[in-house]
Amino acid sequence: MVNTNKTKKNNREDLEKIGIQIDADETTDTAEEEDDDNEEEDIKQPAKIRKKQNNRKSSKPSDEDEDNSDEDTKLKARNNRRRLPVQNGIRKNKNDKDDESDEEKSTDTAKNSRTKARNKDNGKGEESDDNSELEGENKKTRKNPVHNNNRNNRNNANKRQKDEDNKKVKQANSRGNRKGEKDNGKDKKKKGKSSSSSSSSSDSEDTLSEGELAKVLEEVEEKKMLIAAIRTKAWRMKRKLTTLKESQEFVEKFEGALGKGKGRKFYAYKVMMMKKWIKFKRDFENFKTSCIPWEMKIKEIESHFGSSVASYFIFLRWLYGINLVLFSLTFGLVVIPEVLMGLPYGSIPRKTVPRKEQPTAMDFSVLWEFGGYIKYSALFYGYYNNERMIGVFKYRLPLSYFMVGVGSFGYSLMVVIRTMARNARENGIDGDDGDFNFSWKMFTSWDYLIGNPETADNKFASITTSFKESIVDEEESQKDENIHLRRFLIVLANFLIFCCLAGSGYLIFYVVKKSQTYSTLEELTWYQKNEIDIVMALLGMFVPPLFETIAGLENYHPRIALKWQLWRMFALFLGNLYTFLLALIDQVNAQLAEEESIKNKTLAMVNSFNFTNSTSESIPAIDPADFPRGPCWETGVGLEFTKLTVSDILVTYGSILVGDFLRALFVRFINYCWCWDLEYGFPSYTEFDISGNVLGLIFNQGMIWMGTFYSPGLIGINILRLLTSMYFQCWAVMCCNVPQSRVFKASGSNNFYMSLLLLILFLSLLPVIYTIMTFTPSFDCGPFSGKTKMFEVIMETIQNDFPAFIGKLFSYASNPGLILPGILLMVLAIYYLNATSKTYETANLELKRKMQMLRDEQKNRRNNKYTVNPMLQDLEDLLPNNANVNKPESNQIVIGKQPNEATRANGKHGKEMTLAPPPPRMVVTKPPNPRQVSHIPGQPRSGTPGSGPRRPSPGQSRH
Amino acid sequence: MGNKQTIFTAQQLDAYQDCTFFTRKEILRLFHRYRDLAPHLVPLSYKDNPDVTIPYELIGSMPELKDNPFRQRIAEVFSEDNEGNMTLDDFLDMFSVLSEMAPRDLKACYAFKIYDFNNDNFICKSDLEKTLLKLTRNELTPEEVNLVCEKVLDESDLDNDGKLSLEDFQHMIIQAPDFLSTFHIRI
Repeated sequence: MVNTNKTKKNNREDLEKIGIQIDADETTDTAEEEDDDNEEEDIKQPAKIRKKQNNRKSSKPSDEDEDNSDEDTKLKARNNRRRLPVQNGIRKNKNDKDDESDEEKSTDTAKNSRTKARNKDNGKGEESDDNSELEGENKKTRKNPVHNNNRNNRNNANKRQKDEDNKKVKQANSRGNRKGEKDNGKDKKKKGKSSSSSSSSSDSEDTLSEGELAKVLEEVEEKKMLIAAIRTKAWRMKRKLTTLKESQEFVEKFEGALGKGKGRKFYAYKVMMMKKWIKFKRDFENFKTSCIPWEMKIKEIESHFGSSVASYFIFLRWLYGINLVLFSLTFGLVVIPEVLMGLPYGSIPRKTVPRKEQPTAMDFSVLWEFGGYIKYSALFYGYYNNERMIGVFKYRLPLSYFMVGVGSFGYSLMVVIRTMARNARENGIDGDDGDFNFSWKMFTSWDYLIGNPETADNKFASITTSFKESIVDEEESQKDENIHLRRFLIVLANFLIFCCLAGSGYLIFYVVKKSQTYSTLEELTWYQKNEIDIVMALLGMFVPPLFETIAGLENYHPRIALKWQLWRMFALFLGNLYTFLLALIDQVNAQLAEEESIKNKTLAMVNSFNFTNSTSESIPAIDPADFPRGPCWETGVGLEFTKLTVSDILVTYGSILVGDFLRALFVRFINYCWCWDLEYGFPSYTEFDISGNVLGLIFNQGMIWMGTFYSPGLIGINILRLLTSMYFQCWAVMCCNVPQSRVFKASGSNNFYMSLLLLILFLSLLPVIYTIMTFTPSFDCGPFSGKTKMFEVIMETIQNDFPAFIGKLFSYASNPGLILPGILLMVLAIYYLNATSKTYETANLELKRKMQMLRDEQKNRRNNKYTVNPMLQDLEDLLPNNANVNKPESNQIVIGKQPNEATRANGKHGKEMTLAPPPPRMVVTKPPNPRQVSHIPGQPRSGTPGSGPRRPSPGQSRH
Repeated sequence: MGNKQTIFTAQQLDAYQDCTFFTRKEILRLFHRYRDLAPHLVPLSYKDNPDVTIPYELIGSMPELKDNPFRQRIAEVFSEDNEGNMTLDDFLDMFSVLSEMAPRDLKACYAFKIYDFNNDNFICKSDLEKTLLKLTRNELTPEEVNLVCEKVLDESDLDNDGKLSLEDFQHMIIQAPDFLSTFHIRI
């Protein structure tokens, strides 16, 4: 304190001398010196200090030392050089402040500065070392301001260095910086010496020269980058916060200084807009994350069941998002315009329930089957009118219907493919080869999400088993006890499964065919009406477990078994769906034939009406309900899909209720009065079947994609389904399922599910496109009625609404002569890309092999280094065993005397080698090995070579 | 967005958003989680940066951590005193690194620190053994443990110094298919 007082006094004196020249900043400086631990100083005038720090920071210590010592001598002289002492005072003041901040830091870290220093990267270690030293020396340094200065400068330089390291600035860049700053420092020195009364160059920004400007600009950019990337730094929060604050203030201060004249204003404007933009982005981000639903629910499930079960729910949420977009497209562009602007219900035949159906149109049983009023509503294709433009806005509804239908496919495709690409990118190089089998097991098998003791127990158990399995695999690679039996079993299993698939396909075909004969019957029982759905649901329920049982024959590794199981289920569902589709197309063809006759009849009727009523000019007053109409196959298709979806929902929910909930209830409560433990014994609780559920979702989505073109309301139903199943399944999982005993990787199969989804999307695209391209739309219902093909709506629009040349262009583009080369080009491109990727792959493999070779070589060399010594030891051990030797010393003498004797020569060889440095002398060390063995009598042959490999590996010998 | 909160100043919140991968709402939620651990210790306002630490016993009892075999290591690595006692800053830091948004490199760096039990900047064999014992709850025989550790070193130790450096570790973990999905705690 005495010391500080002294310096203070100095300053005071200086101040008095300078009088007017001191500006406000400096007075505060000195005033604040009085209370040493005043942190606010930093806030009051941070920029200035920092600027100076910056100037000083990177100047070379030697320079700086010189500078300071210079200045200090002047301080001692304390005379007419007025400016300088003040500067120095400020400096010292600043140094004090630096000390304080350092002190602060070091007190923070003092406790374990040791461990930290070891812990952290070099730079940091240095710093904390420095800090602790500083702390120790603080008092000393107070006494000796020069030293203090130096110390601080070095510290600053250190810091600077470290910063640079961290920021990873290009070296050239930083070199330039340093140089510039050195110059700056020299400048200042000169000024100091000449005691110019002008403010130092760093004090005002107006005097920045071009070079400095560039430098500052660079630095500002640098700081900005730092701000943007600060969250990815592995620093302590405190450090991050201070660095952030510093750089932000720096940027704020110097951003305005950049640019000149007009440019300056523009720059300021740009900066301002940038800030606004960043703020907006952040707010938007905040808003976006707050919009993501079910975050907490999923978190809860994750902590209970681990990431694999949660991945199902995340998938469900993702699908919900896609469906929401499709829903808004369909409803916003098709359904709502039709309802608002189209003709109202009952105005034309297609919008009216036929007279025959009217009595039952409001019955629940009919509505439940989507008959009656629902069938003749905007939820189905048939309701839409073929008027080209509707409403006051001249909304082109048929065009919009077509475009939305195609657009939703396009959107889904894009989203799925993009997600797949992102997944692939995130998963990086798919290291599927067992390079890091054990390492991955060791470091990535624990699921940090788990927060439930039971799950944790399961996880521990499964990790242990997986380790044991790999150990067994490692120890004895693939023991095949009876390969023939195994092959036979595999073939048998596949045959059985094929039979199952074929059988289920035939069953569905049969049922659909049978249901077509029902249409001739008058009275249909409930079973007859729902036969197809019931059969499909039952198949979906019972065949997969059957597959699983059969797959038990194969005795695959569970992960491979899971993949097989998934593919088989996929084949089953797909087969069922396609049989269903084929049968449906048959039905459509039949309806088309029927339609033809009805169409003729109607036309005749209309004609007769016109004919009879031509004299009286009144419009024929025929009720739309009585109008004869065709079967409208599009609505029929939509209806089938809707029914299928609904029955699928019901079956899913029913199976959850019965299979999970009731079973859980039974196990839970009957357990009190049962002869064995139900909870851990036979029925037990169900596990959540991820793969089955995901497949169910995927197929449901496929049906939605297929059906939505003919039934725009289907997507609404699906939205409801996903929404309810989110809550329902969350509840069911939490209340009646137990964590899986075998936990599979979640992310690994992520893209597997995605590719299934993509496949389904493509497969559901096919029939829709097929029907659009080949079938004639119904003549009296739907937006495309009256056209021979649905896609004609595009031609029509082009002809009527676009200028002529576009039509011409289009006709050229649709010319087969152009399309075929286009396809050819695409095929060629695919071929080329494929070939390139193959080349890359081989190059990759080659590199990998090279790396492996290098590694092996290195390892060998190192191992040899270690095996040299053990081998020598062996040799030495062997020598006493030589039977003739009891005293090694005498032996050695003998060796010296009689070098001819073989064993002795060998021994001598060994001795020499112990004296020689052990480095990699493969050539020298190898030869004696066999020779020695062969020449030593009474030594078992296998002794020495066996001991070589049995040596502890380098890793072991280290610890 | 308009809901006023009195815990942080706007600048503090902005700074935290810059330094972590969290949004405003999440930071507030984390603060409340932090405060719920020790309501008597943590004040309701952080405007003047109170110096509060929560002892490890409370941090380790969080449901997110309590079943994690590495909870003590996590707390130690992220706490400023290396003993698991955490300030709010450390707490935010921890969950920021473990959040879904954190990049792979950052996660790998901290994972390395977590598995480096003796803080010597290398994962050596004793660290591996400890990790394995924690993962399997001592259910492997010593020979098996030894074998596994050697296999791990054999696979990942690129420079053959008998221990894993950060580079070795990163090289290995960057190819791991489910490192990102499992090394994360949703809060």
